[in-house]
Amino acid sequence: MKKKSNLFETLVHGIFLILGLVTIGCVLLITVYLVVSGIPAIREIGLVRFLFGSKWASTAAQPQYGILPFILTSIYGTAGAVFLGVPVGVLTAVYLAKLAPPKIKSAMGQAVSMLAGIPSVVYGLVGMMVLVPGLRRVFCIPDGASLLAAIIVLAVMILPAIIKMSVTALEAVPKEYEDGSLALGATPEETYFRVSLPAAKSGIAASVVLGVGRAIGEAMAVMMVAGNAPNMPDSLFQSVRFLTTAVASEMSYSSGLQRQALFSIALVLYLFIMLVNGILNLFLKGEKAE
Amino acid sequence: MISNRRKLFLWTVRGGMWLATAITGALALFLMGYVLFRGVPNITWELLSTSPSYLSGRIGILPDILNTVYIIIAALVVVIPLGVGAAVYLTEYASNKRLVGVIEYAAEALSGIPSIIYGLVGMLVFSNNMGTSLLAGALTLVIMNLPTVMRNTQESLKTVPQSYREGAFGLGAGKWRVIRTVVLPGCVDGVVTGCILSVGRILGESAALLFTAGFAHAANGFWEGLRSAGATLTVALYVYAKEQGEFGAAFAIAAILMVLAFAINMAAGMVTNKFQRSKK
Repeated sequence: MKKKSNLFETLVHGIFLILGLVTIGCVLLITVYLVVSGIPAIREIGLVRFLFGSKWASTAAQPQYGILPFILTSIYGTAGAVFLGVPVGVLTAVYLAKLAPPKIKSAMGQAVSMLAGIPSVVYGLVGMMVLVPGLRRVFCIPDGASLLAAIIVLAVMILPAIIKMSVTALEAVPKEYEDGSLALGATPEETYFRVSLPAAKSGIAASVVLGVGRAIGEAMAVMMVAGNAPNMPDSLFQSVRFLTTAVASEMSYSSGLQRQALFSIALVLYLFIMLVNGILNLFLKGEKAE
Repeated sequence: MISNRRKLFLWTVRGGMWLATAITGALALFLMGYVLFRGVPNITWELLSTSPSYLSGRIGILPDILNTVYIIIAALVVVIPLGVGAAVYLTEYASNKRLVGVIEYAAEALSGIPSIIYGLVGMLVFSNNMGTSLLAGALTLVIMNLPTVMRNTQESLKTVPQSYREGAFGLGAGKWRVIRTVVLPGCVDGVVTGCILSVGRILGESAALLFTAGFAHAANGFWEGLRSAGATLTVALYVYAKEQGEFGAAFAIAAILMVLAFAINMAAGMVTNKFQRSKK
């Protein structure tokens, strides 16, 4: 009797162990598949020519596979989105965490969760119908589908993540710090910006990195507003293609080396994301250690 | 009295904060208002209840609604046992700290991977073996939502008091019996929250489904539907807006998605509140 129940318990333990390992299995599966399917094209094209080639012409008679335009576009686009989104996000977060009356705070909380819940294709649709024609009219350019449009859409899309995480970080600042500053005669605003913000800096940095990850990985919304021509991102008003959209836009009709090259692009994107995640973990660990 | 320099700082940051908050609020209001304004007039009974037909030039989103429901059901059926099992293992069984660390790290990595990469890997792993189908899409979504269900279950398992477990052990219950009768009932709130969040994410997902579930618009029964390719609402929105220029239908779908997203937000908030109160 005793032995039987022991066997049963071991069996249950084993089942739960396997369920626990599924997560690791998924990560390994994704990594292995991306590496295995991404390496052949890089080998055939040559790593340097693939990463630093400035021309992408996958369907030309003499196909060229240089993804530098996509890499630069992704970097510029993300940097632009952070440049626009972070100041707005952090300032909103300080107001909501420290100064806002309860009613405004809860209403804005609703608004932020709503922004976070909007599907990316809806952002893309509104961008396509409002932002793109708007830019065309304001800047008098032939087509508004451009790097700038993508930057603005991405900035809006990373706002909720930045606000939510920064609010959490700011609310975790010990009240004694602020009381000390207030008692020394600093105004509330001075206290929150010169004491609370620096004290919450690792949480806020983490929120920025999270936003960077979101922006690099976003595909559909960007696909609908960026124009998708494989140009070098020389100006804000150029039609450009991101790493994500490069994969998505040609996948349905690609074959042979072209298809393999798309997998290689996905591998590059994956490495970027893993780098960003690594940095994010570093910040989060730093915050826990404090 | 404070100096002019301090006053300048004060009013700059005050203005900055007000402006930023106003921008955020205005964006949310504008997006909601604009999409509803453009979309609601296009929602008709015919749109909701028919399949699209090229012959009569009719657009209907019934198949897309059905596909969305199917894919949500299929994904949840698989992801709940996996996610809850993983969470139970981590909080109840795992004694090796390093293994726990690795599993949690893996979950974090999964939640950071962009959906287009899920789409690609899903295509390679699932669609290439079983054909482009809703089932392939659902399995891709399972991997995507695994961390969400696992994390939420884990959080609520941590709130089950240790004394409950000890009491049950003291009465002579085996480990599995304790988990089945004490631990699992205590984590229902986490599972429900995880599911609601997953449904929200599945509703909004498009990049991961384009190459795994495809974009056909045929109305099928559940089992037939899982085996055939089909567009969910978001994918249909993308196809109508980007490839066919049918903006009326696109906005109608967008409005439906907005309302659903809003409802899911409310539901998640309500569930959290309700369970928190009942635990206190």
